[in-house]
Amino acid sequence: MNFSSGRGSMPITSSSAAWKPADAATDQFPAGLRVLVVDDDPTCLMILEKMLRTCLYEVTKCNRAETALSVLRENKNGFDIVISDVHMPDMDGFKLLEHIGLEMDLPVIMMSADDGKHVVMKGVTHGACDYLIKPVRIEALKNIWQHVVRKRKNEWKDFEQSGSVEEVDRQPKQSEDADYSSSANEGNWRGSKKRKDDEEETDERDDTSTLKKARVVWSVELHQQFVVAVNQLGIDKAVPKKILELMNVPGLTRENVASHLQKYRLYLRRLSGVSLHQSNLNPFISTQDAAFGPLSSLNGLDLQALAATGQLPSQGLARQQAAGLGRPTAKSSIPMTLVDQRNIFSFENPKLRFGEGQQQHTNNKQQINLLHGIPTNMDPKQLASLQQTAQSIGNMNMQVASHGAQNNQNNSLVMQMGQPQSRGLILGDSTVSHTPRLLSSVGQPILSNGMASSVASRDGIPEHIGALGCNPISQASSMPNFPMNHTSDLPGNSFPLESTPGVSSFASKGAYQEDVSLEIIGSGGFVPSYDIFDDLNQHKPQNWELQNVGMTFEAPQHSSSLQGNPDLAQSVLVQQGFPSGQKNGHNRSAGVVSKAMFSA
Amino acid sequence: MEVGQMQRRLVDYTKTLFMEGFLDAQFLQLQQLQDESNPDFVVEVVSLFFDDSEKLLNDLSMALDQPNVDFKKVDAHVHQLKGSSSSIGAQRVKNACIAFRNFCEEQNIDATLRCLQQVKHEYYLVKNKLETLLRLEQQIVAAGGSIPTIEMGF
Repeated sequence: MNFSSGRGSMPITSSSAAWKPADAATDQFPAGLRVLVVDDDPTCLMILEKMLRTCLYEVTKCNRAETALSVLRENKNGFDIVISDVHMPDMDGFKLLEHIGLEMDLPVIMMSADDGKHVVMKGVTHGACDYLIKPVRIEALKNIWQHVVRKRKNEWKDFEQSGSVEEVDRQPKQSEDADYSSSANEGNWRGSKKRKDDEEETDERDDTSTLKKARVVWSVELHQQFVVAVNQLGIDKAVPKKILELMNVPGLTRENVASHLQKYRLYLRRLSGVSLHQSNLNPFISTQDAAFGPLSSLNGLDLQALAATGQLPSQGLARQQAAGLGRPTAKSSIPMTLVDQRNIFSFENPKLRFGEGQQQHTNNKQQINLLHGIPTNMDPKQLASLQQTAQSIGNMNMQVASHGAQNNQNNSLVMQMGQPQSRGLILGDSTVSHTPRLLSSVGQPILSNGMASSVASRDGIPEHIGALGCNPISQASSMPNFPMNHTSDLPGNSFPLESTPGVSSFASKGAYQEDVSLEIIGSGGFVPSYDIFDDLNQHKPQNWELQNVGMTFEAPQHSSSLQGNPDLAQSVLVQQGFPSGQKNGHNRSAGVVSKAMFSA
Repeated sequence: MEVGQMQRRLVDYTKTLFMEGFLDAQFLQLQQLQDESNPDFVVEVVSLFFDDSEKLLNDLSMALDQPNVDFKKVDAHVHQLKGSSSSIGAQRVKNACIAFRNFCEEQNIDATLRCLQQVKHEYYLVKNKLETLLRLEQQIVAAGGSIPTIEMGF
């Protein structure tokens, strides 16, 4: 059996609920998959149960979300996958989905008789691994085991790549895991999952690997949970005790959370300061980047820049480097997923970025926060708004992503694009000038809040460009909020961009251009949305999150098409990247990025 | 009537129900789920559907009878009925629910009342048909025969 799976090999699922030691049922997989199905409709519940039993799964049914949650909590490792209805009387299916993702990190499939696009999108943004339309056919259920396997595989990969921040030695850890898993008595894959999720396990693992450190390892997942908790509470109100409660991770102490929170706050502050976003982007970009060669170069740049500035937290840097290095191979198709899992900087919550996108647009302001501390030439108003936004980086993340459109309108920072259509175009011709701005200012919010800061800095601070190089772009992505109106800031901009100082910085900096594009790209996913949003405000944020990324460029031309055009995103990105009028020069890369982002 | 005859009658009857749109392919899925370990599966599910639907229809009548109709609540009930009827394969009921939901969105009292009537009508029709069908099946089994699998052209 597969104890050895430390690698994440898919564990054998014992066919019976009781878990047997590894040998047993490896080859029976996916038989015995432990499914929890939640639906308030008794007819559907009964039919589903029968279908799942026919697939040889082990089924537990619940007709209430609360019951399901308590069942899951009591048997933390007792289930492999959850299927839940969307509309339930006691709790919204999406809320349940969030809880499960936070607390147990199980794959969740949503289902509903409702096949409306926005509902399905909600499922995606909340992290559902699939969405089934009722009436559910047995064929659809036969393959649900793929989500379990995939998740385990990704967890392993993440784990291996990013590891815990404090992991000194990955190798031993992995083997440890394998051993640990076996001893965990949960079967390989369960064990590994447990390992990841459980602090205690992590600690144990450390011991086994002779690290002998009894400290908490902040794995990607754990950090993600942390960030989600913080965002739920609001960055201002996030106190360790409450975060701890929300996270509900056994073995985690208040002190662990407190020290991590302190680091996180520093991180956020740093984001606003320097081109942290770059680093953020990079990982992001890297994932998407399989397709975009140029981007990779930037990543390296960014990382270095970041490292140089000492801004990157060691782990973040490591991660990014890994991400960056891994970029070429990363599948762009999963940018979103990767981001989610990766936590680009380990502080970012990818989920927030993408999923929450919608709110993000409004957060343009938040983006501004990133900038604080960076003297920019931006209008004081913009700067102020930036600063405001900077405060809640976490929020920013969320906000940035989504609705660029909405943001466009508000922040002074962000898109000051007055031009109605320029918004969408921002990347486009008229926006070219704007875009740079956007990117710079906005860039960050999108994905990596860090970016935003870079943008801001760009405007004002040439020297940051190096670091920021990427930033501008990133910023742009998230926010349509570019302060287009700034023309002054662009240092040495060769482009006569009026408003986008940030952008121009890129242009002038040649070197950064690439970065910029990268950033944009990264943000692209987001950015496009907002640029377009201005124009397209009509588009629902949801649309954009995914669509807009690349689309920004096209926006001008296809404002209406923004919503669904990945191509747009690409084109948009490109433009954003290069403020100077050249719409496509850099954009391309950006576009690519954005596209990548969305394609996910 | 001998078993062969009963079986033929059942097949014809079932086919008619499909042709007339009372049932759709989902019902076939249910029938396929039934096996020796669960010989009464279809009967059980259908009974559950009847009970649940009648409750929903009552709730709907009450909700629409209020001076201030809470359309969100009405919509939630209809949505549920749509889900369960589609899971059973009661196609006409499902379609009536879809129309119903559209009017709920518009918050049109008169139209929704009419829709409720329509849904009720379709429900009682399909209930009747299903009961007949299940009775036929029961008779076949009681006579020692087996329930023929329906080959539908779809």
